[in-house]
Amino acid sequence: MSGEPPVLEARGVSHAFSVGGGLFRPAKALKAVDGIDLTLRKGEILGLVGESGCGKTTFARILLGLQQPSAGEILVNGVPVGSLSVAERARRIQPVFQDPYSSLNPQKAIGAIIGQPLRVHRLADRAGTRRAVAEMMDLVGLPARLAEARPSQLSGGQRQRVAIARALIMRPPIVICDEPTSALDVSVQSQILNLLLSLQSELGLTYLLISHNMAVVEHVANRVAVMYLGRIVEEAETSRLFAAPGHPYTRALMASVLTPEPGRGIPDMHLGGGFPDPTERPAGCGFHPRCEMRLPRCASVVPPFHQVDGDRVACHLHDPISTD
Amino acid sequence: MTALLEVDDLHVRIPTPAGELHAVRGISLSVRRGETLCIVGESGCGKSLTSLAIMGLLPREARRSAARLAFDGVDLAGGSRRAIAGLRGNRMAMIFQDPMTSLNPAFTIGDQLVETMLAHRKVGRAAAVDRAVHLLERVGIAAAAARLGQYPHQLSGGLRQRVMIAMALMCGPDLIIADEPTTALDVTIQAQILRLLRDLQAELGIAILLITHDLGVVARVADRIGVMYAGEMVEEGAVGAVFERPSHPYTRALLGCIPIPGRTPRRSPLGAIPGIVPSLVGTIQGCAFAGRCTHAHEACAGTIPVRTLGAGHRSRCTLAPDTFEAAARTASLGAIGR
Ligand SMILES: Nc1ncnc2c1ncn2[C@@H]1O[C@H](COP(=O)(O)OP(=O)(O)OP(=O)(O)O)[C@@H](O)[C@H]1O
Ligand SMILES: Nc1ncnc2c1ncn2[C@@H]1O[C@H](COP(=O)(O)OP(=O)(O)OP(=O)(O)O)[C@@H](O)[C@H]1O
Ligand SMILES: [Mg+2]
Ligand SMILES: [Mg+2]
Repeated sequence: MSGEPPVLEARGVSHAFSVGGGLFRPAKALKAVDGIDLTLRKGEILGLVGESGCGKTTFARILLGLQQPSAGEILVNGVPVGSLSVAERARRIQPVFQDPYSSLNPQKAIGAIIGQPLRVHRLADRAGTRRAVAEMMDLVGLPARLAEARPSQLSGGQRQRVAIARALIMRPPIVICDEPTSALDVSVQSQILNLLLSLQSELGLTYLLISHNMAVVEHVANRVAVMYLGRIVEEAETSRLFAAPGHPYTRALMASVLTPEPGRGIPDMHLGGGFPDPTERPAGCGFHPRCEMRLPRCASVVPPFHQVDGDRVACHLHDPISTD
Repeated sequence: MTALLEVDDLHVRIPTPAGELHAVRGISLSVRRGETLCIVGESGCGKSLTSLAIMGLLPREARRSAARLAFDGVDLAGGSRRAIAGLRGNRMAMIFQDPMTSLNPAFTIGDQLVETMLAHRKVGRAAAVDRAVHLLERVGIAAAAARLGQYPHQLSGGLRQRVMIAMALMCGPDLIIADEPTTALDVTIQAQILRLLRDLQAELGIAILLITHDLGVVARVADRIGVMYAGEMVEEGAVGAVFERPSHPYTRALLGCIPIPGRTPRRSPLGAIPGIVPSLVGTIQGCAFAGRCTHAHEACAGTIPVRTLGAGHRSRCTLAPDTFEAAARTASLGAIGR
C-alpha cells in the first residue's frame, strides 16, 4: 500500500453484547460484529447492505467512535478514532441515524436542531447560522415554515430530513448514513440522493450508506459490502455485484427485491426458517443452514475471502478446486 | 357486503401558532374483509394522521370529524369509549411508523407482547407466552424465547419493527392498519413478512390498510391503491389499473421517480417533483398540486371534479384522461431517448 491512508478504516473490528443474564440464567455473548475489515476511500460512496439484525448499526456506531469495540480498531486518516477529541471527530465524521424519532431533541425547534453543530463548534455567528439553516432546509426540501416547529409536529419523512440536514450542514468529509431515506416517498428520496451525489462530486465527501433499498444502493454507491451475521460476506464494485452476485446470500437479496410490477406476487427464496442467531453462531459459514447450495465443508470450515480485481467473496463455492 | 372499515369525509385539524392546520381534508375510504388497500403519498400529506384518526389515537391537540367512521358496523366516532377501547389492539390492530410510540422502553418485549393479549383475551400467561414465541418465530426472529427477555433498546431497528408486527398479530385481529411496516427490513425479511401477512389474510380474511412509500410493495400486495396529496385522496383504483394508467399528474410523477435498475442510468440525477407541498394551514384554492403540475391551466384554480376512469378508478383532476394517454406516449418516448 502506498500514498495517503484511507479516510476511514476498520481493522478486525468485533463487538459482543452481553445479553440474557437473569436471576437463574447466565449471560450470553451476542456477537453483533465479528471481525470486520473494511476501508472507505476518499470521495467514494460505499453501500452496506445485509439482513436486519446482522450488525450494521452497531458497526456504524463503532466507526463513529460512539461504541468501543471489543476488539479491533478504527482509523480516521490513519489516526485511531479514540485519539481524536469529540470536537475533532464531529468535524470529520457526521452520522445520520436510523431512528429519526429518538435522535432529535423533542424540546428544540427544528431550525435550532439543524444549526446546532455550527453553534457548538462556533463555526458561524447567529446570522450566518440562520442563513446556513435556511439553505440546508431548502436543499432537503423542508419548507421554511417548519423552522419553528418541534419534532413531534413533523411527519416521519420530515424528521428524517431534519437528521440529514443536521449532518450535512457542516459539510463533514465523512458521512455515515444509516437508512437515510427509508421514511421518504420516492420523490423526496430522489431529491436527497441527488443532494448526496452532488456533494460527493463537488466537495469530495465520502459516505458509508447503510440501506435496505437495493435500487438506491445500486444507483448511488461506487462499491457495495454485503453483511450477514456480523461478517462481511462479499464486497464488490457496484455494477459487478449487481450483474454477478457471488455469494448465495447476495443472490437471495437481489432476487427478493420487489419491482413495481403488479401481479408478480411475492418472491420466495426458500431460505427456510433457520434465521441467524447471533448468540449461537453456526460453525463454518454463517449462512450455511439456509443455503441451498451448501457443500459438506460449509458446515465446518469458515470460508476464506476469494479476491478478484479488488472484489472479495467469502464462499466455498468459489474455492479453486472442489475436493468434497 | 359492506366493508369492514368505512371512512367517509374524514377531517383532522390541529391548531398551530401559524393558524389551524387542516392536515386531513375529506378522506373517504373503505376496506373489505380479505382486502388490502395501500395508501401512498408525499411525505407529510397526512397518511399517519389518517390512520391515527381511524384508531382514535390522534395527538391530544388534534380534532377529528367525519361523516362516517365505522368498524364492522360499530361507530368509531360516536360509539362508547369502552367499546372502542375494547376493539383497539384486539380486533383492530395498528403497526406504528415509529416503533418507539408503541414499545415501552421500560418493559421487556415479552411482557409487552403478553400483556397485549391478556388485556383482551381470557387466556393464561403460559398460553400468551407460547403465542408470543410462535409469532416472533414467524416474523423471522431466531431464539425467540430468549429475545422475550430483552428490552427494546437491545434490538436492532428491524427487530423492533418485527416485534411490533408480532404484537399487532397477538389477538388475531380482523383489521390491521400498518404504517410503513417494512421500512427497517432487508428485502428477504420483508418478503417473509409480506408472505406471512398474505397467508394470514387468506386464512382468516383479515382486512389490511397498508401505508407505504415502497411502490414495489404496493404493486405486489395491494388489491386497491389510494394516492394522497396534501390531505386529499387524489386518485384511487385497482392496483393494476392505477399502475397501468396512472391518471392524476401527481401519481404519474411519483411513478416516474423510481430508479429502475438497468433502465435509469446509474448515478445520474433521479427524477424528482420540483417544488414543495402547499401549506396545509387554512383553505387551498382549487387543486393543491397545481403549483407543481406540468399540466396546470386556469380550470385548476376552480372546483376540481372527480373523474371516473373505470370501475372504481377515480382521479381528482380537471383534465380528461385522454390528455394523459397522449402525454404518456410522449413521456415514454422521452424516457427511452434518455
Ligand atoms: N445495546 C444492545 N444490547 C444487546 N444487544 C444489542 C444491543 N444493540 C444491538 N444489539 C443486538 O446486536 C445485533 C445487531 O444489531 P444492529 O442494530 O447492529 O443490527 P442492524 O444490522 O443495524 O439491523 P437493522 O437492519 O434491523 O437495523 C442484534 O441482534 C441486536 O439485537
Ligand atoms: N402534532 C402535530 N402538530 C402539528 N402538526 C402536525 C402534528 N402531527 C403532524 N403534523 C403535520 O401534519 C402533516 C401530516 O402529518 P402525517 O404524519 O400524517 O404525514 P405522513 O403523510 O404520515 O408523512 P410521512 O410519509 O413523512 O410519514 C405534516 O405536515 C405534519 O407536519
Ligand atoms: Mg440498524
Ligand atoms: Mg407518516
